[in-house]
Amino acid sequence: MKVEQISVFLENKPGSLEHATRILTENKINIRTLSLAETVDFGILRLIVNDVEKTNKVLKEAGFRVSKTVVVAVEVPDQPGGLHSIMEVLNKEAINVEYLYAFVEKSGQNAVIIFRFDAPEKAIEVLLKHKFTVVPGAKLYDF
Amino acid sequence: MIYNEEFETLPREALKALQVKRLQQVLQRVYHTVGYYKKSLTAAKISPDDIRSLDDLKKLPFITRQDLLNNYPFGLFAVPMSSIVRLHASSGTSGRSSVFSYTKRDIETWTDLTARSLVAAGLNKNDIVHNAFSYGLLPGGLGLHYGIEKIGTSVIPMSDGNTKRQILLLQDFGPTVLCSTPSYALHLAEEGKAMGVDMKSLQLRVGILGGELWSDATRDAIESAFGIKALNIFGLPEMMGPGIAMECLDGRRGMHIVEDHFIVETINPETGEALPEGEEGELVFTSLTREAFPLVRYRSGDISRLIPEPCRCGRTHIRMERVLKRSDDMLTIRGINIFPVQVEAILKEIEGVAPDYQLIIDKVGALDSVELRVEVGEKFFSESGGVKELQKIEKRIVKDMKDYLSISPRVKLVAPQTLKESGKKVIDKRTI
Repeated sequence: MKVEQISVFLENKPGSLEHATRILTENKINIRTLSLAETVDFGILRLIVNDVEKTNKVLKEAGFRVSKTVVVAVEVPDQPGGLHSIMEVLNKEAINVEYLYAFVEKSGQNAVIIFRFDAPEKAIEVLLKHKFTVVPGAKLYDF
Repeated sequence: MIYNEEFETLPREALKALQVKRLQQVLQRVYHTVGYYKKSLTAAKISPDDIRSLDDLKKLPFITRQDLLNNYPFGLFAVPMSSIVRLHASSGTSGRSSVFSYTKRDIETWTDLTARSLVAAGLNKNDIVHNAFSYGLLPGGLGLHYGIEKIGTSVIPMSDGNTKRQILLLQDFGPTVLCSTPSYALHLAEEGKAMGVDMKSLQLRVGILGGELWSDATRDAIESAFGIKALNIFGLPEMMGPGIAMECLDGRRGMHIVEDHFIVETINPETGEALPEGEEGELVFTSLTREAFPLVRYRSGDISRLIPEPCRCGRTHIRMERVLKRSDDMLTIRGINIFPVQVEAILKEIEGVAPDYQLIIDKVGALDSVELRVEVGEKFFSESGGVKELQKIEKRIVKDMKDYLSISPRVKLVAPQTLKESGKKVIDKRTI
């Protein structure tokens, strides 16, 4: 049920993001969704891609610091209160969210929210218990 | 005014005779009490008895900073701890710092020598000294402090930092003398101006400045910012601390080296060969009267030139030009001496950091600023990959640099290729 996210360390200087996207383009990697976390000195690019292993390999070969992180994808109806319904449950069950980002499915009916939890297994268990749709990695990569 | 007229104006022939006598004594002493010297003299096939003139000095082996580190912490002490009353040390982690010890008499001698420096700067008991040299493990602040009290002058033991408070006291207490590093003096001037204080209207009339490389241009800037006369003081923590050489108010060119307590030589830093007086080279010092921590032919790493011509102040002791460069990679940052290898040692202990690094030193206003560029380790990032973990590393580096070296760098994590491209470990953009 888990999803693998690729995290890439980016130095805070002109051209470093472009370098990463160039490598992805050259290797025909498709980005499903992404987010960029930034601090004063550096950024971390978080990617959900169609081919995790290949992305990991080509970015490392290009000299990037890369890591694979386990995240959880949850599908909710794209309507007011969609995210809130998840947060309510997580709050009640005392599950901390480190960060999240989201995208809307192609059909436009559902939104997919990508969560990074301290304890992903526990989070998945809770989400399933409350009848949420947890999207498995294999499905997400081919969305 | 001359503090110790008898010794400071000793005719050179008599001075040299005194140096030879004291050199022979110190050699006997270190040979019999410090294992290191017995070994190094034996290896050089020299006995203390072979040294009969100052010219014989060059037969003796050098001692270097590395030898000091190798004997960390107390290996070079010439007296037992029961005779030692004080320890000072340079910055650095274990085995990368040097420890300097003093007997009661060493402290008395040091006090007398700093008193000489202060009197050469024209101080008397009506003065008030604002002493902004760092008090603590480094010998700067305390060394001068004792000399100031000795001549009956009032001292404000400010130490460095708390700049706004310093500016308030400069106004309220009306000190007449400022002791600090040149860059801190300029920083005080800038901050004072920003606070709306007319720094020229303070009571200050003279600055005793040193502890870092500085030029005549900086001297001019300080003199005009405060409306004072700025004098250069020289010290080496390894030899004692401040008070080894001081510019006199009369001459204002070159610093008199207290030759009744130290012998100075100039050598070619590449070959170690002794150079004639007046040629530029690395200064080598021998302490003649230190009891706890005598050093024979210590290579200072400071490049300078001796001025053999007599000075109009009447002191017969030889002068040295200001030090404008080093023979090694030592960096002085806000008055603190560090070596790149010390930074390397700190980074080595931090998990998640690759060995490559780069120090970029520049000035922000008058003060030195340091950016430490560090590469994120591949394994560390592939296992964590988070912002929090990386920020934790940054904090750890800043803290360790502060704790061990008293330097507060801005840490910048960089991609691996960045450091490889430039290849330089140190980029010093400062002009002195």
